Order: sequence, then C-alpha cells, then structure tokens
Amino acid sequence: MKAIFTKERLPIIATSLVCIAIYVAAGLKFEGFFSLRVFLNFLTDNAFLGITAVGVTFVILSGGIDLSVGSMVGCTGIMTAVLIQNKHLHPALAIATVLLFGLLLGCGHGLLIQKFNLPPFLVTLAGLFLARGLGLWISKESVQIDHPFFSALAGIKISLPNGASLPISAILFLVVLVAGIVLAKQTRFGRTVYAIGGNESSAMLMGLSVGKTKIWIYALSGFCSALAGVVYTIYTSSGNALSGTGLELDAIAAVVIGGTLLSGGYGSVFGSFLGVLILAMIQTAINFDGSLSSWWTRIAIGTLLLIFMLLQKGIEVSARRTSKKAGH
Amino acid sequence: MKFRQSNLFWPLMALLGILLFNLILTPGFFHVEMRDGRLFGSLIDIVNRAAPVMILSLGMTLVIATGGVDLSVGAVMAIAGAVAGCLIARPEGCILNALNVHGSIPAIIAVALFVALICGIFNGFLVSFLEIQPIVATLLLMVAGRGVAQLLTDGQIVTFNDPKFAALGSGSTFAIPNPIWLFVIAAILIGLLARKSAYGLFVEAVGNNPVASRYSGINAKNVKLTVYVICAVLAGLAGLIPTADIKGADANNVGLYLELDAILAVAIGGTSLAGGRFSIAGSILGAILMQSLTTTILTRGVSAEITLILKAAVVVIVALFQAPEFRARFARRRAA
Repeated sequence: MKAIFTKERLPIIATSLVCIAIYVAAGLKFEGFFSLRVFLNFLTDNAFLGITAVGVTFVILSGGIDLSVGSMVGCTGIMTAVLIQNKHLHPALAIATVLLFGLLLGCGHGLLIQKFNLPPFLVTLAGLFLARGLGLWISKESVQIDHPFFSALAGIKISLPNGASLPISAILFLVVLVAGIVLAKQTRFGRTVYAIGGNESSAMLMGLSVGKTKIWIYALSGFCSALAGVVYTIYTSSGNALSGTGLELDAIAAVVIGGTLLSGGYGSVFGSFLGVLILAMIQTAINFDGSLSSWWTRIAIGTLLLIFMLLQKGIEVSARRTSKKAGH
Repeated sequence: MKFRQSNLFWPLMALLGILLFNLILTPGFFHVEMRDGRLFGSLIDIVNRAAPVMILSLGMTLVIATGGVDLSVGAVMAIAGAVAGCLIARPEGCILNALNVHGSIPAIIAVALFVALICGIFNGFLVSFLEIQPIVATLLLMVAGRGVAQLLTDGQIVTFNDPKFAALGSGSTFAIPNPIWLFVIAAILIGLLARKSAYGLFVEAVGNNPVASRYSGINAKNVKLTVYVICAVLAGLAGLIPTADIKGADANNVGLYLELDAILAVAIGGTSLAGGRFSIAGSILGAILMQSLTTTILTRGVSAEITLILKAAVVVIVALFQAPEFRARFARRRAA
C-alpha cells in the first residue's frame, strides 16, 4: 500500500479523486450524465484540446512553456480549409502540408529557445502572434469544406453498443494519447525530457543530447497543435482563423490539473488526460445545469488551477523539509 | 558613442525611421490642428491610442525588472472596467449594487482601482509568498479574471450614459486628450517612485540577484508583492479608458491581448526579460513605437492582420539583439 501512495504520486492521486468526485456528483445531480454517450462526448468535443495538451505536457515536463498552441489551431484549421477548398489540393496532401507546417514552426521555436537561450514564453508568444496573424491573413471568414474524401474522413467511426459511437476525432485523440504515454515512458526521448525538466545541467553532464531534445520537444508541440487544428476542422467541417482562442490556457490548465509540476521534471501524459476529462466534465455539467452561465466555467477552471498549484507547493515544501531532515 | 550604446538608441532609431517613412509617403501625417478646443492629427492619435498600453507598460516594467511577468493585466483591465460600468449603470441583480456611490466619478475610479489592487495583492501573494512562477501565478487571474468580469456584468455589455465618466476616454483638457493626461500622471508618479526613491534600486537589486539583495537587507518578498500591486492598479486605470471611451463595460474585449503588447513594449524598451536593470522611458518609447507601426500600416491600407505578423517579427528580433549568445555570434562574424 505504501508504494502506491508516495508523495510524488500525490498530485495524480488527487487528480483522479477530483475526477471521480466531479463525475459522481454531476451524475447524481443530472439525469443521463452517466450514459456512455455523454462520456464519449467528453472525448469527441475536447479531442482538439486533448491532442494539444499531450504536446504541451512534454513542453512543461521539460520546464518550458508553449503559448502558441491556441492560435496554431486556428491557423492550421483555416489553412487546411483553404488548401482543400480554394487551392483544390487533395485533403490528404493538404493535411500533410499543414502538419509539416506545424512541425516546422515548432522547430523554429525550439531553435530560437535552444540556440540563443531566449525565454520560451517570449518565443512562443511571438509564435502566437505569427500564427494568428497568418491565419487571419489567409482568410478572415470561416471556410466551409465540401470534398468527398474529407466527408468520408469525417464520417469514420467505430460503432459501440447502445447506439453510441467513437468518431474519428475521438479515435485520433486516443491514438495520440497512447503514443504520448509510450513516448514519455518507454523511449530515450521521453527519459531525456524528464531529465531536462529535473535539472538541465545535470542532464547535460550525464551526456544526454539536451539541445536536440529541446528542439524536438517544441517541434512535437507544434505538430500536436497542428493535428489538433486538423481535428477541429474535421469536427466542424470548416476552418476558422479565430478558433482556438484561449486554448493555450485550457491546455496548460489541463496539464497542471493533471499533476505535472510546472517547474518540470515530474508528471505524466495520462495525468493530462485526466485534466482534460475534468475540464470537459465541468463544461458539460454547466451545460446540463442550464441556469449557470458559461463564464462560470472559466472561474471553476481558475479555482481548480489554484487548488492544484497550492497542492504542488505544499508537496514541494514538505519534500524540502524531509530532505533537510535526512541531512542533505 | 555613449548614446549609441544606450538602450534607447535602437528603438528611437526605429521610431525615427517610421516617422521618416510617413513624412515622405503619407501626406498630412504630421498635420496637427485645433478643432473644438482639442488637438487633432495622426501624431496625437498615436499617443492617444497608445495611452492604455503605455500605462500598462509602466507597471509591467517594474514587474519584469524583478524577473517576473504579469499576464493578467488584460483581465484586470476588464475587471476594473466592469466595476466602473456597473457602479454607474447599476444593472439589475449586480452584486455591486450594494455599494451606492451616487454617481460620484472620484468614488467610481477609487472603487475600480481598489478592486484592481486586490487583484494585484492576489498575484503578488502567489508569486512572492507562495513562490509560484510568475507566468503561472498570473495565468490564473488571466483565465479566471475575465470570468469574474463577466460575472459582474452578467455577460452583457453594460452600457451607461454618463458624460462626465465618458470624458475620461474621449474628452480633452487643455487641448490634450484625457487618456494622455492619465498616462502623464501615472508616468510622473512611477518615475518619481522608481528614480527619486530607493524603491527603484530595490527592484533592480531583487531582479539582478535575489540572494545578494536579501543579504544587503532588502525584503525581496515585499518588493515583489508591491510591483504586482502597482502593476494591477495601473492596469485598472488603463481599463477605465476603453470603458469610458465606448461608454460600456465589455468584459470580453477590454484589454484583450494587451498583456502581450505591454510585454512587447517593455522588451523593445531595452529592459532585460531576465530582470535587473529597467528603463521606464524605454518602455514608453516601445509602446509608442508599436502604435506608430500599427497606425502606419492602417493608414497605408494594408490589412490589420499584418500587424500581428510584424509584431511577432519585432519580438523575435528585439529578443535576439538582447541575447548574449546572438551578440557573441554576431561579433565573431564581424571580427572574422
């Protein structure tokens, strides 16, 4: 029993408890909340947030931050739509182009941060401006996508019992989630990310390729947000340059609520998944209630974020005390 | 030679470059005329429009000088605007109706700034006493702040018709638009505080080396707390301008993205984002530079989206010029 409830695991245990508590409380209060369909909607409606959050998890694990993800979703969304609709590119080719664009922009962030030691928040802030400006420059109006291949793609789904089904966006979310968990826990790249977040100089002294990994971390986040943009276009069958506004905050909130330490080095991709679920449940519960206005979502997310930050602080302080007692 | 090395050199050159460009290509850009007892013209317009960001950048300079950053200023602007709007319009069911200020403008401003002050104490407490990273601590209010503002206005744009309060945003005194006066008052107060008292020195010391500053007897926690409070109060003041200007509290849009503009102005002005030495004059110059760029682009009929892309380019270039790694590379190449 002791092995499960270690101090480092406290954030993720707290997250799981909050997740379950919200689910049960909302389920008891609102009729139909417990249904499979509602649960699947958590995944479908928040697939783009979830995919973004997986990328952001790696950035935060390494001790950095990526503020550009929200506008990236808008930018890649409108780009996909315009490439297909106005430039008559095949959807598969358009999606590939857009994903490459996200990867390259993320790479650019990584290069500036790594080569010139610029603060990540500043570089990705510039990325936020750039992507939003580029998206609006491409098209200010939202563009509807009407293409047989794209419709077929949007129609892919796995049927489940009780008439429920798992649409393509939710499938992609789950695939990215599993890939993220494997990447973080089972690969050299993942271990290096944790090492950088724990202590960058020690990671360097251990002979890990810190520089290359840091660039790849931001490239990965860029790729994930571009994919999120594509998923958003599939979800809405249209591209809009203004979509994803403020998404960077939701993604960071999901990661922090999911128990990843903001100073880096400790956390998990699965935790971020729980964080996304919590945000989704709050949103859905407020929708179910009907009498509460939507801005309560923001206040609820902010309050949860505060609680989890205080919890993290408490763990840090008590860890410091323990290590002092041990004579370090 | 000495001036060339000053932090103000490059932003000033860039500003002169923009003005020169307009002198040649935009007819009437420098034309200033008196109409109805108020000065009109592109130059006045630039300073007038830059006023909120200039006010924000005063506080942001101090915060960044301590090695922090305040992302919540846009949301605090929205909160202060919402408080002012609700106090004047007294919409039904608003929790602020318990407080009746009888339409007194000084009282309205005081209450709005007081609420902003509380926001600042919240930020400052998280950063200095709980030692949470500034980006994240202020992110909290950035997320929730707009929700609070919407809670006050019940999600509506609370409109009001109070010529005296509206004058704060659109009126003028001695021919100069009032937002500029608000900025001038704030700038003088902050300038005195930062340069004529020991406070500015404390701020630089905390930003340079928190440990050393503690050994020299500076209470770093209190210094950090106060910079966030000052920054939030200034954000509250800046939030009153657009609210007064449109005669309504728009919790969704007031101050949107302005935190980024303020950080940008400070970075352009030569204050290191790592903390330490700061230049208030530089930040003001940075804010004016960005607004001149925006106005120039708009008057030339180029679409407004390009300003976003340009801003991104400016951030990266300025940050690169500040980075020792980039300078070292540049110097090596020149020597070779």
